Amino acid sequence: MFESLSNALQRVFSKWGKDRLLTAENIRDGLEEIRKALLEADVHFEVAKSLTEQVTARAVGQEVIAAVKPAEQIVKLFSDVLTEAMHGEPPKLPVLPGQPAVVMMVGLQGSGKTTTTAKLARKLKRQGRRPLLVAADTRRPAAITQLQVLGKSLDIPVHAEEGPGNEERAPQICAAAVARAKKEGHDVVLLDTAGRLHIDAPLMDELARVEKLAAPHVTFLVCDSMAGQDAYASARDFHGKLRLDGVILTKLDGDTRGGAAISVKQVTGKPIVYIGTGERVEDLDDFHADRMASRILGMGDVVSLVEKAQEVVDEEEAAAAAERLLKAQFTLDDFLSQLRAIRKMGPLKGLLKMMPGQLGQAFEQANVQEKELGRVEAAILSMTPQERRNPGLLDANRRRRVARGSGNELSVVNQLIRQHEQMRDMMKRMQGGGMLGKLGKLFGGGGGDVGGLAGMGGAAGFPGFGGGGGGRAQQELLAQMQRGGGATEVKDPDEEARRRAARKREKEARKKNRKRR
Amino acid sequence: MIFARLRESLRNTREKLAGGLSRLFGLKRELDDAFLAELEAVLFAGDLGPAGRATIEQLRAEYRERKLKSSDDVRARLRALLRARLGATVPDLRRAASGPTVVLVVGVNGSGKTTSVAKLAKHCQRSGRTVMVVACDTFRAAAVEQLATWAERLDVPIVRKEAGADPAAVAFDGAEAALLQGIDVLIVDTAGRLHTRDDLMQELGKVRRVLDKKIPGAPHETLLVLDATTGQNAIRQAEVFTQVVPLTGVILAKLDGTAKGGAVVSIRERLGIPVRFAGVGEKPDDFEPFDPERFLDALLEDGGTAEQGDGAP
Ligand SMILES: Nc1nc2c(ncn2[C@@H]2O[C@H](COP(=O)(O)OP(=O)(O)OP(=O)(O)O)[C@@H](O)[C@H]2O)c(=O)[nH]1
Ligand SMILES: Nc1nc2c(ncn2[C@@H]2O[C@H](COP(=O)(O)OP(=O)(O)OP(=O)(O)O)[C@@H](O)[C@H]2O)c(=O)[nH]1
Ligand SMILES: [Mg+2]
Ligand SMILES: [Mg+2]
Repeated sequence: MFESLSNALQRVFSKWGKDRLLTAENIRDGLEEIRKALLEADVHFEVAKSLTEQVTARAVGQEVIAAVKPAEQIVKLFSDVLTEAMHGEPPKLPVLPGQPAVVMMVGLQGSGKTTTTAKLARKLKRQGRRPLLVAADTRRPAAITQLQVLGKSLDIPVHAEEGPGNEERAPQICAAAVARAKKEGHDVVLLDTAGRLHIDAPLMDELARVEKLAAPHVTFLVCDSMAGQDAYASARDFHGKLRLDGVILTKLDGDTRGGAAISVKQVTGKPIVYIGTGERVEDLDDFHADRMASRILGMGDVVSLVEKAQEVVDEEEAAAAAERLLKAQFTLDDFLSQLRAIRKMGPLKGLLKMMPGQLGQAFEQANVQEKELGRVEAAILSMTPQERRNPGLLDANRRRRVARGSGNELSVVNQLIRQHEQMRDMMKRMQGGGMLGKLGKLFGGGGGDVGGLAGMGGAAGFPGFGGGGGGRAQQELLAQMQRGGGATEVKDPDEEARRRAARKREKEARKKNRKRR
Repeated sequence: MIFARLRESLRNTREKLAGGLSRLFGLKRELDDAFLAELEAVLFAGDLGPAGRATIEQLRAEYRERKLKSSDDVRARLRALLRARLGATVPDLRRAASGPTVVLVVGVNGSGKTTSVAKLAKHCQRSGRTVMVVACDTFRAAAVEQLATWAERLDVPIVRKEAGADPAAVAFDGAEAALLQGIDVLIVDTAGRLHTRDDLMQELGKVRRVLDKKIPGAPHETLLVLDATTGQNAIRQAEVFTQVVPLTGVILAKLDGTAKGGAVVSIRERLGIPVRFAGVGEKPDDFEPFDPERFLDALLEDGGTAEQGDGAP
């Protein structure tokens, strides 16, 4: 839909002259592209402007680093500024002798408060604490039941006072719940308040009364990550009325760029502590400013993606897959297995969509074929092994034979070969490194905390940027996950040793690179 | 230090926009690029995104060609351009030629579907039609109970099954009951799902097919409920949902807040999907046919997110 940032920057900086220094002039267009990208990611427009100014201030006068291109240097600066802007120390939930710590959840309607309250309670329980859930939404139909169902599934008690006449009593109910928790030995109380608009004065006053009566130690603003420009105003007003301590960003399992994160952090000054990554109670993760920065910049949430893949595939396997891919030419066999992998991937497609730029496009293209996969598969299977390895052999006669043999129209076979060529060229271009590959390293290089990242990337740099390499490997990995775990494959021991050596070399090189930067 | 600067510039804009666009126009301002940039900011504040930028680009071009001479010209032109982007208004819910009219309500998590189902039910009741609702959200905790509460309050029958049941099976039962009981309008609530979840989107496709099989031509309306506070992701949502269940319209919920829901401009323009209704509160009565003129009033007459109360640090 939008031109990806990498493409745009590539375009803008393609005419870089001999300038040795970054100046306000020679980076202006590039910065404008990044500012646009921030706006398209829903960063509040004033925040976007201010961040761009900060980057300008930092960039001007810097020497152009020979090893990287100016575009990369600026993206790196931007990524740093965004990361710093979103960084913050999470609040501590106190352990108090003989008294419960109180956590209050607030936010707009439908942002995910009730679900997140349950997620948090589950997390705390697993840390050995004894939570009490409190149904403080006395207004929305079945809001109480919703929390009760969740509480039951987690085996965590829920304090609720149902019945007419209780609609207005949320503050009192919360106070009573705190007292009950104290009596029953719960060491943490979680208040699930009703959703409300920041401009609804009576309801905002009600929240202030809850705050007064229940004296929460930590108050979280639960914010929908798909939010647009208005996230700024609503967060500002919640923060104006209450003492917020942190933000929880929900629904990040989708493909939103999530620029609201930075708006909310900037306007409240409060750190984003957790992210919601699904509807299930276990889908709550820690927030990482650096990952969010690359997501907002449209560089994909690739680190998280890799982590996900890693949960089921071991690092060695991952590295091997990447290397196999890099050495191999992109044959029709690869094409076939890729199409199959895509089809198997199912729900994981969403994850891949988070990956930026051309790989996403390649994927979309392949996906068009998904529907016709049966026919395409038949066509490829009608080819000889030589033909599959070297599609150049497929002259008109052979194509007709393949068509007949697979029960396809000749046009299907022609189209298949054309598409394969296109994909192969795209892979080649991406493997050639260039801007994409380097951008990838830029982000990947910093990700030392993610062990397998190095392995995954192989020589191509970063999965998804190294493009053909990482992306394809990832698809394989994801397909493996679908099949339920690592692939079993007979390995040639020599081959194995060679791979390991190659990987080691790679790692060293990367380490050096990092130091140089 | 950096943050102090940021806060300062934010305050400036807030002040600038505080009087809203109307005042901006009111000042006998010079028609310069800075002025157009401020207009662009107003459109951005309303989540128009690329549609806003394109509109401003066009204004800028016309300004350079000296077609626009005064700020009044600009005001009129901006409004006309946006109005054109929003397209023609679409009349009330389509009705089936015979038998029950089926309305399928879809959208991402928490956008306002279930509440909108209640609102639609009330809306249809007002015109004297009999209504039945179907609880196809068998996944989220107490989703069925939520709809059941509305059904009870509105006194409309509900078709439901146990939690965890196959949504398509519930839809089937609903269609059957509507046929049997000669119901005029059958409104189907579905579980929230992110458009990136292929499996859940397929599940939705199945609900649609089941309805169509039981009542040929159904659903007669498929409405995407969008949260007005959603930013540019709304466009992706519409794009993907309409591939699986061709959308006949959008319900723009939560317009009673300060968000403008400007993403619908792109949705209309690019995908041809019109906004049909606006949700303006949590009660079944807080619902109205979408009025593009009022939408533009809200978008242009005040300064977007910036004019609300001041709680900034
Ligand atoms: N995909 C996804 N869905 C989520 C996430 N968090 C919450 N949801 C869903 O979002 C919807 C709204 O969640 P709730 O927890 O009911 O939201 P709420 O803020 O309590 O809503 P109100 O009380 O009505 O204001 C539900 O369908 C949840 O399952 C998340 O991280 N990812
Ligand atoms: N202010 C306001 N709140 C609304 C509006 N429509 C819905 N809500 C509130 O938004 C929250 C979510 O609404 P639901 O109808 O439960 O949303 P949903 O899409 O069915 O949610 P899931 O089924 O969990 O995906 C509830 O608290 C509603 O009361 C509206 O137009 N204005
Ligand atoms: Mg709730
Ligand atoms: Mg619902």
